Amino acid sequence: MLVVPLHQHAGEAAKPVVRAGDHVLKGQLIGMPDGFVSSAVHAPTSGTIDAISLQLIAHPSGLPNLCATLIPDGKEEWIERKPVDYRDHSPSELQHLLRMAGVVGLGGAAFPSDVKLRIGKQKISTLILNGAECEPYITCDDMLMRERATEIVQGAEMLRSMLDAHEVLYGIEDNKPEAVAALQQAIRDSGPALQQGRRHEVVEVPTIYPVGSAKQLIRVLTGLEVPSGKLPTDIGVQCFNVATAYTAHSALAQGEPLLTRIVTVTGNVHRAQNFEALIGTPIAELVALAEALPDTNGYIMGGPMMGFPLPSVNVPMVKATNCIIAASERLFPAPPPAMPCIRCTRCVEVCPADLQPQDLFWFAQSREYGRAQAFSLFDCVECGACSYVCPSHIPLVQFYRFAKSEIRAREHDKKLADQARERHEYREYRIKREKREKAEKLAAKEKAALNAKLAGAQPLTPQQQAEQAELDAQRAHILELAKSEVENTRQ
Amino acid sequence: MLLTPIISKPDSVARIMFKVLLALLPGIALYVWYFGPAILVSIALASITALATEALMLKLRNRPIAPFLKDNSALLTGWLLALSIPPLAPWWLIVVGTAFAIAVAKHLYGGLGNNIFNPAMVGYAVLIISFPARMTHWGAPSGLATTGLGFAQQLQYIFLGEMPQGIELDAVTMATPLDTLKTHLHLGESVGKIFNLPIYGWIAGHGSEMVALGFLAGGIYLLVTRIISWHIPGAFLGSLFFIASIFRLAGDTIYAAPLFHCVSGASILGAFFILTDPVSSPTTNKGRLIYAAGAALITYLIRVFGNFPDGVAFATLLMNMCVPLIVLYTQPPVFGRKGKQR
Repeated sequence: MLVVPLHQHAGEAAKPVVRAGDHVLKGQLIGMPDGFVSSAVHAPTSGTIDAISLQLIAHPSGLPNLCATLIPDGKEEWIERKPVDYRDHSPSELQHLLRMAGVVGLGGAAFPSDVKLRIGKQKISTLILNGAECEPYITCDDMLMRERATEIVQGAEMLRSMLDAHEVLYGIEDNKPEAVAALQQAIRDSGPALQQGRRHEVVEVPTIYPVGSAKQLIRVLTGLEVPSGKLPTDIGVQCFNVATAYTAHSALAQGEPLLTRIVTVTGNVHRAQNFEALIGTPIAELVALAEALPDTNGYIMGGPMMGFPLPSVNVPMVKATNCIIAASERLFPAPPPAMPCIRCTRCVEVCPADLQPQDLFWFAQSREYGRAQAFSLFDCVECGACSYVCPSHIPLVQFYRFAKSEIRAREHDKKLADQARERHEYREYRIKREKREKAEKLAAKEKAALNAKLAGAQPLTPQQQAEQAELDAQRAHILELAKSEVENTRQ
Repeated sequence: MLLTPIISKPDSVARIMFKVLLALLPGIALYVWYFGPAILVSIALASITALATEALMLKLRNRPIAPFLKDNSALLTGWLLALSIPPLAPWWLIVVGTAFAIAVAKHLYGGLGNNIFNPAMVGYAVLIISFPARMTHWGAPSGLATTGLGFAQQLQYIFLGEMPQGIELDAVTMATPLDTLKTHLHLGESVGKIFNLPIYGWIAGHGSEMVALGFLAGGIYLLVTRIISWHIPGAFLGSLFFIASIFRLAGDTIYAAPLFHCVSGASILGAFFILTDPVSSPTTNKGRLIYAAGAALITYLIRVFGNFPDGVAFATLLMNMCVPLIVLYTQPPVFGRKGKQR
């Protein structure tokens, strides 16, 4: 039984287009992209849809989400695959094909790839293929690069042509010599096939965490810093994971949507290994195959630095599942109790965003959120390098996450309060205005009536004239009062 | 609940402080070699007082005692203070200084990580202001004093205040090289002539220059193991050398050589072990340069124009006060914000 979540990517969830009881073929669309940032979801194999229902998914919240449950028929019957030659299609057609093939970033964020290719009027000079895979324990990209380098290079060339970039740089950590050699060989082999002789080059980058973070990798490879709050495309660079290039190649050259991915199962297991598994495979199956040891006390999805604990192993793997780590007290002992910060600045030395983590910690702890923001709290990428080196064992990242969520909550509250105040002020203003208009209307009416009376009547006696003057004065006074009150409220 | 990162570097505050204590050992060994084992008594007294005061303060503040006692930070404060004052002094001098350093300068400011001032230097300042005379009885290096004291006699003096019959305290102590220089300059003698006195060795004081080199070796160990960065010792010694050079050029008969200043007094100990206290020094590299250069200037001025025997302690305390301001104005640019003001 496979459970395929309809929301596996950044952005809007896909809309289910099958019903319980439907028979589906391998690769058949079961979730239609819904919204600009969204992606398609497919049946990983042929079989029968058992249910479209809320199920527990791999998310830190532990909240259920809409999933399609598929009972495989074991026949692996494909839908009709339509390979295309990317050179015969316009970039926008290819982007649509990728969107409908469910291609998303496989580095962990699962951002729809077609959106990253829609660059508008921006010029891209460099396409970066991220093969750094900088977190310890994760080896899925390493294995993919070693074994399927040719497809990666071809996929990279497809992405390059869509972006019209001048060069492709493959950033790979220098602890993966086999992957480097395989990609270099693949580039040499496909040399003439690479369109217009565009430069593809493998660059070994130092194995320093977090060099695989997009902005950090861009700095290492190009020397350029993506300005704070901007995107890499703003400086003419775009970045894709090597596995994403591989799936882009499958989607276009084979006509196969994204149905599988490589996942590392490691940690407290007897046989740590990489699996190529169908999306929707229960994680419990994978850890059973890797023979998780009995003293396992939890599972992490992602790496040991930035991953998150799984609410349960009875959740399906998704497109973002690059690694499953079985944890145990022996392998990952709980840190000793936190000591006070001694401002040793080991955290400063390792911060990839060049922040002052010890100051941010101080501000987060004392709830000085304004100062935390002034010290660029939101430039923190939560890579965990500071927590890793902290000799006082302070869970720094948790403090930053807390401060960020508090600030976001306050900004949200403030927005609501501002809206409420504006509504209230407008209401006050409206009431005053209506009062004034009423008074003016009344005055006009009375005057008209009086004039009509006067027109048909005898000239007024002096006494009547005096009464009339007094009435007019009173009315004018009331009018003034109303006006000034309205002015005051406006101010 | 597993929190990421689930892995961490096997490092701790206790281990860092332990390495700093370790780095003091070569200097201490040379100290014993040249000045006798009395310093070991001071260090032992300081250690016991530091731990006892730390435990008492933690108890009064309702903090867990064991983890903080084991962090070695109180020991380090005690050791640094013991190394800053004359070993041949009554036992209560080091006890009072250490207790004040730990109780007031450290715990009343909030304990580990929260003290604005370097606790050891606060202890030193209290002692030099309260008991100036006791702070000038420095033991003479071996071979220089007219009579020597045996270890038993030293212990007798430290704990009972009794000198052996027929020996005056002045006979076994002498002024420090810095003090001697100042006194003789007041008498109108030239620097060149003063340095022919037996108290001076190759570059600075006989014996004390070797102790300083021992601390230098420890300081290099701290640099190599990346416990400290080069910024503070580099800027402190560099600035001290530079300032002393300017004065030296202005008059080489009345101002001592720059190298003499870099090796004399607490220069080396201060550069590598005192000014580098992470809690009370700046967290930015540019700030560290400013802080250490300021400390060098104040040290030189106090030494040469002031009345105190050395200026490192007051320079440290004065610069400690400036740290928040220095840090605020030396914030390095954040990734992606180069050239932009915060």
